[in-house]
Amino acid sequence: MSEEIKWTKESDMPLMAMSMGRMTVNKTGSWRNLRPVVDKDKCNKCGICWKFCPDVSIKMDAEDYPVVDLEYCKGCGICATECPKDAITMVKES
Amino acid sequence: MKYTIPAEEVMCSGHKACQGCGAALAMRYALKALGPRTIMTFPACCWSVIDGPFPYSAVGVPLFHTAFETAAVVASGIRAGLDARGEEDINVVAWAGDGGTFDIGIQALSGTTERNDNIIYVCYDNEAYMNTGVQRSSATPWGAVTSTTPARHFKQERKKDMMAILAAHSIPYTASASVAYPEDFVKKLNYAKSIKGTKFLHILASCPPGWRSAPELAVQLARLAVQTHVFPLYEIHEGRYFRMSMNPKKKPITEYLKPQGRFRHLTEEQVADMDRMVDERYEYLLEQAERSKPYFEDKKGN
Amino acid sequence: MQKVIMGNHALSWGALLSRAEVIAAYPITPQTEVVELLSNMCADGDLDAQFIKVESEHSAMAASMGASAAGARTFTATSAQGLALMHEVLHWATGARLPIVMGNINRAMAPPWTIWTEQTDSISERDTGWLQIYTSSIQEIMDSVIQAYKVAEQVYLPVMVVLDSFVLSHTNENCDIPDQSKVDAYLPKFENAYKLDVAKPAAYGGLTGPDWYYELRYKIQKDTERSLDLFEETGKEFGEMFGRPYGLVETYKLDDAEIVLVTSASIASTARPVIDQLREEGHKAGLVRIRVFRPFPSDLLRKLLQGRKKVLVIDRNISFGMSGAFYEETKAALYNEKSAPPMWGYIAGLGGRDVPVDVIKETFLETIKEDHPEGDIIWIGVKK
Repeated sequence: MSEEIKWTKESDMPLMAMSMGRMTVNKTGSWRNLRPVVDKDKCNKCGICWKFCPDVSIKMDAEDYPVVDLEYCKGCGICATECPKDAITMVKES
Repeated sequence: MKYTIPAEEVMCSGHKACQGCGAALAMRYALKALGPRTIMTFPACCWSVIDGPFPYSAVGVPLFHTAFETAAVVASGIRAGLDARGEEDINVVAWAGDGGTFDIGIQALSGTTERNDNIIYVCYDNEAYMNTGVQRSSATPWGAVTSTTPARHFKQERKKDMMAILAAHSIPYTASASVAYPEDFVKKLNYAKSIKGTKFLHILASCPPGWRSAPELAVQLARLAVQTHVFPLYEIHEGRYFRMSMNPKKKPITEYLKPQGRFRHLTEEQVADMDRMVDERYEYLLEQAERSKPYFEDKKGN
Repeated sequence: MQKVIMGNHALSWGALLSRAEVIAAYPITPQTEVVELLSNMCADGDLDAQFIKVESEHSAMAASMGASAAGARTFTATSAQGLALMHEVLHWATGARLPIVMGNINRAMAPPWTIWTEQTDSISERDTGWLQIYTSSIQEIMDSVIQAYKVAEQVYLPVMVVLDSFVLSHTNENCDIPDQSKVDAYLPKFENAYKLDVAKPAAYGGLTGPDWYYELRYKIQKDTERSLDLFEETGKEFGEMFGRPYGLVETYKLDDAEIVLVTSASIASTARPVIDQLREEGHKAGLVRIRVFRPFPSDLLRKLLQGRKKVLVIDRNISFGMSGAFYEETKAALYNEKSAPPMWGYIAGLGGRDVPVDVIKETFLETIKEDHPEGDIIWIGVKK
């Protein structure tokens, strides 16, 4: 997890435009209009949703069920489309 | 869970790719295959934005942003610099879009390739200048609408055959891959990693805003491109020997075209024209693969 | 070791003695001998370097950027059209803070096709942030390459070592080639603190908005200013170790001079006998050769030139619509001084036209004749 980097003056900065932290600082969950919701009864734990997530926002829990990281999930819906068991539905964010 | 591709994530969340970005998926798979002992260079392309603004980065490996036309040769330079310092086990990867590969970067790419410099060049092809607002490139397919090829004057030229151009340099390995087939993608990069010389991977990376398609269909469209024979998955070894990675029974091309706004204007006749072009090219590849069979039989394994 | 070598080979020897680790270059007349000799040095194992034979000058610079970013000491050389083709990536090398050293052989720009000397090629790149040294002897070319690395690697900025085509590039002179061990002591192996490193992964050159881009430019300017002192120090140190000191400028009979010629490169060598002649004829003439043009040694020139009766500048380059660059900048440096002398700006020798003793003398005599310069540009020797 990366912290936001705050500088106040040029001497705080590196010599050139060199990255000092990771993009996890950018919480892309705020982009989302639709939220993926996993139905554990339908899920067969195949991990296809994990595999096709462009935002690295699906993790598999200890029991191998997918958990969506809502801090970063942009709500593209690929996981719902690719799920072979229709276990993921996209629900409107309120 | 049994992982069919490496579980380790090198790329992180929070990057700036659009929803359903094929180029982001491509990077995720590539870094899974390549691992952290990798140095990358990006020319101007979507990824110069996706990776994040200074002072942040998403890729998790050293990265040198460079000028539009220089990805291949900057990779050559990095390779030479590492070799001079005895760090020969690090993967050096040029990662460029179709504009930076098919158009403005082709000269430097040809130079690197002719010298057979020991790098991996990955072109993630979203078939237009997406980062600047969807202008046509020489990778844009026949029939497509872009912001510089409007529906009333859609792109009249066929997509440049970059794989053939690369293979003509007699490099050890040229392969196409797709974000819809991550296992195949990872396998190809693992092979590229294992051999010396210039390795070229051509990835079809779906682009929902540029293709005017729904983000949730991004992987499905990439898959349909393979299933309709529009974007065949194959390898060329030693610049001469072809091998189909898969040879799916052809689905109707309309299944690929219909969900994409960029092809919506095409008449039935025009779709038939496009279909003919696709078949022509696919048959050529099958012929080449047939001819190459003895080579792979002798070679065994890979 | 004493050896008679050509100017181009002095660049190659400079790169060899500096232990360049990567060379990327593309041939162009009059630079070819630089890379030919380096190729041979690599092939014979005298120089343990990776040589990338690129397909263009643009790629020569881009490959140099990659190699330098990976931490290797990197050398290239070019001229005229080749330098112009590099323009975009010259900026890139500076912005990325890469201590690359490049030889540039001054050749006039086409069209029409030409291969003879003129400085407009390198002068056109004065705003790319490359530090520039203009040399005037074969020995100085070789010595300057070694010094260039020493400065470049302290300020993380690229340096161009510039020489006249043919007049220097293809002239043979006796050269002292120092022992490698001595050069190693002067210029130790370089560890780039910002290199691409898998142990410390970072992205370089990512999108930067107006909030911090400005500060990055400020840093380049500050380090460029710092390089001025470093050029002086390293030049002095070079003198202590090798018996040949170098400075930002070189002067000749300047102390009591009332009329001073400011110029650069080989024209400065030709000017020395002219100064002697004029002194014999009763004129108190002197010479300032500007060696380091970027950063421009404004303070030093103010010190050397204010209070003189007259200053004339000979430029073998032109910024159309204005004048020659050495004149422009020397004049700008003195503008705020109360005792700034009047300054005459002469253009001579474009496209390799000879600038012999009589032409230089003519500029002096013209300047002596006039009380005040008319305009900013005086052409010498135009056939009318």
